[in-house]
Amino acid sequence: MKDSIYRSHVLICTGTGCVSSGANTLKESLEEELAANDLSGEIKIVETGCHGFCEKGPIMIVYPEGVFYCEVQSDDVAEIVEEHLLKGRTVERLLFKEPMTDEQIPSYQDIDFYKKQQRIALANCGQIDPEDIDEYIALGGYEAAGKVLTEMDPQEVVDTVKDAGLRGRGGGGFPTGLKWQFAKNSEGDKKYVICNADEGDPGAFMDRSILEGDPHRIIEGMLVAAYAIGADEGYVYVRAEYPLAIKRLEKAIEDAEEYGLLGENIFSSGFNFKLHIKKGAGAFVCGEETALMNSIEGKRGMPTPRPPYPAVRGLWGKPTNINNVETYANIPYIINEGADSFSAIGTEGSSGTKVFALTGKINNTGLVEVPMGTTLKEVIFEIGGGLGKGKKFKAVQTGGPSGGCLPEDYLDLPIDYDSLLDAGTMMGSGGMVVMDEDSCMVDVARFFLNFTQSESCGKCTPCREGTKRMLEILNRITDGEGKDGDIELLLELGEHIKSTSLCGLGQSAPNPVLSTIRYFRDEYEAHIHDHNCPAGVCSDLVSAYVIDEEACIGCGKCAKVCPVDAISGEIKSPFIIDPDVCIACGACEPECPVDAISQA
Amino acid sequence: MKSLAELKELRNKVQKEMKKRDQGTRAEIIVGMGTCGIAAGARDILKAVLAEIEKRDLDVRVTQTGCIGMCEKEPLIDVKLPGKEKITYGNLSEADVQKIITEHVVNGNIVSDLVIARHK
Ligand SMILES: Cc1cc2nc3c(=O)[nH]c(=O)nc-3n(C[C@H](O)[C@H](O)[C@H](O)COP(=O)(O)O)c2cc1C
Ligand code: SF4
Ligand code: SF4
Ligand code: SF4
Ligand code: FES
Ligand code: FES
Repeated sequence: MKDSIYRSHVLICTGTGCVSSGANTLKESLEEELAANDLSGEIKIVETGCHGFCEKGPIMIVYPEGVFYCEVQSDDVAEIVEEHLLKGRTVERLLFKEPMTDEQIPSYQDIDFYKKQQRIALANCGQIDPEDIDEYIALGGYEAAGKVLTEMDPQEVVDTVKDAGLRGRGGGGFPTGLKWQFAKNSEGDKKYVICNADEGDPGAFMDRSILEGDPHRIIEGMLVAAYAIGADEGYVYVRAEYPLAIKRLEKAIEDAEEYGLLGENIFSSGFNFKLHIKKGAGAFVCGEETALMNSIEGKRGMPTPRPPYPAVRGLWGKPTNINNVETYANIPYIINEGADSFSAIGTEGSSGTKVFALTGKINNTGLVEVPMGTTLKEVIFEIGGGLGKGKKFKAVQTGGPSGGCLPEDYLDLPIDYDSLLDAGTMMGSGGMVVMDEDSCMVDVARFFLNFTQSESCGKCTPCREGTKRMLEILNRITDGEGKDGDIELLLELGEHIKSTSLCGLGQSAPNPVLSTIRYFRDEYEAHIHDHNCPAGVCSDLVSAYVIDEEACIGCGKCAKVCPVDAISGEIKSPFIIDPDVCIACGACEPECPVDAISQA
Repeated sequence: MKSLAELKELRNKVQKEMKKRDQGTRAEIIVGMGTCGIAAGARDILKAVLAEIEKRDLDVRVTQTGCIGMCEKEPLIDVKLPGKEKITYGNLSEADVQKIITEHVVNGNIVSDLVIARHK
């Protein structure tokens, strides 16, 4: 095997994030440069999935040293080959620099962003070539499936998942073992398993990254679930906007079929399993399990009332188990390492880890996987590297558009299903948006409600009409036309929608509004009573700046800094600000040498 | 896949290559690849090292280093076994490489006549 004389492996991330920053041309340049230096036979290029650090992409890791390079471009390739691959000298300028200390870190295990993480679902992401089934197998892949099919009976499998305490990672947090038990107990000659990879939350990309970076892990998780409940067919429902995830999953299914890991009589156990991919059309509500199954059946993606639950009457009326991508990604670990080892991670009621997509006003954005019970502060300040220069933390939003916002007092809150719910937000699928003092919480609430309102399928009245009313009130408040009693009305409508909507979309849509009223009520009051937006975001509530004609010496300095070109004039004669254009950013005020600018 | 044993067999076969990405402690051979090292034939030495390791199926990490200030002794390599001192060998031929690998890396006996430096 020629393979084995490679002295070095160069891993290039070709996840969606890194491809968008140039990973494919980087790889081509590297191939050419290796060939030009007669190194192609010595150095192997491996394409991997996402490392979760897309912001610093394209990412390259050079083994055996394990040196982590970021923001690598084609121009850097000649130097990497000459210095590192030929002479063994690290190219220092491409190393990661800690935002807080400016320290250069050569090896990625030592970067704060990774040091505090514990990777189970993401264990292989960025470490293996997702299109090479052998690499997955080399790291112990499919051994959990092998063990289950040849050594365990279905009830033992269900019990193991129950004992592990795994809860669904798709939003609801329902105990996975219990869900499997229901599907197993349902009578039926035909059953299905489904993997929910619809991932509709704006900004979320953990499921996509797992599918792109380690697709066999999902196949294996589903295989175990299918055996446990007695299903012989499965679907992965992926949104069509994820072409790379679909392509890698297709390849993975093909390879697994070729190895006899999918198909008939797997591991000579007599167990058969066939797996299909179904591309989703991309509506947010299609991620809801009943809507999703309707969509697979070719009907409109609309929720239907539960019960009956999918475990009893699911896809085509047959008992069906549906889990999220990340939920399945934990299964091989639980089987291989045992329920106890899994439940030892995390907290009493929430075992294991959770993957978050960390975004917003924070230094290190990206995908992070941490044990449950890690505090918000640890994630935001230690892994995320804190907020941008000199900015003060204001709030963190968890749970995607259905979640809520928590203020600074809650930074020590341990992240688990129940503490988040108690605090008025939720785990959701793992979105985490950090906001600083420049964010207006009324505007944030309006943004999320606007999303859910436009995604409402319209089937039931509280959600369809109620969210529209709430949005109108919020629009009024941010336009400076808020009235006494608006806050109370929002609270009343919110509670009503939550308790009477048919599906999770409506039941959670008011959360961003309710939680911001709970923690930032003073901001609502300032908008309504003082016609003031304290963060300076709602432009109708802040008055334009004006120039005092008498005082102005016509130097023109103000006009240079105005971001919207609201200021005009001739040098040496008075300048004026167009009040309709001015967004009241205040940038011009300190520029004026004679203090001629003030807010009207 | 017919059985778990078959899977494990495949795993053993494909695992070797993945070891390149293992950061654990292993024997290490470092080849001096400064400019004069390359001029003195370090590329051939590197290839000889790789070929010998392959032939003997050894679990050794091979890396390179730049100029270490001993240009007149090129080509040179360092051998570092886990928990042992690092030994620098110099003025090497390809035959010397085979000898160093069999004697030192496999059997743990330093090839004294080729040693040019020892590091604690
Ligand atoms: C509006 C709405 C959207 C949802 N979107 C998703 C989604 O994108 N991915 C997902 O896994 N679950 C989503 N869910 C949750 C699913 O209905 C279901 O609970 C989940 O797939 C079950 O898997 P789990 O137990 O592994 O979490 C959504 C629910 C609602 C109400
Ligand atoms: S709650 Fe909203 S999204 Fe869900 S079924 Fe009713 S109208 Fe549709
Ligand atoms: S306040 Fe901002 S937008 Fe208004 S005139 Fe000054 S610089 Fe321009
Ligand atoms: S900076 Fe002050 S003095 Fe200069 S043009 Fe603007 S308002 Fe007039
Ligand atoms: S896609 Fe490369 S780090 Fe995320
Ligand atoms: S270049 Fe080899 S020791 Fe100086």
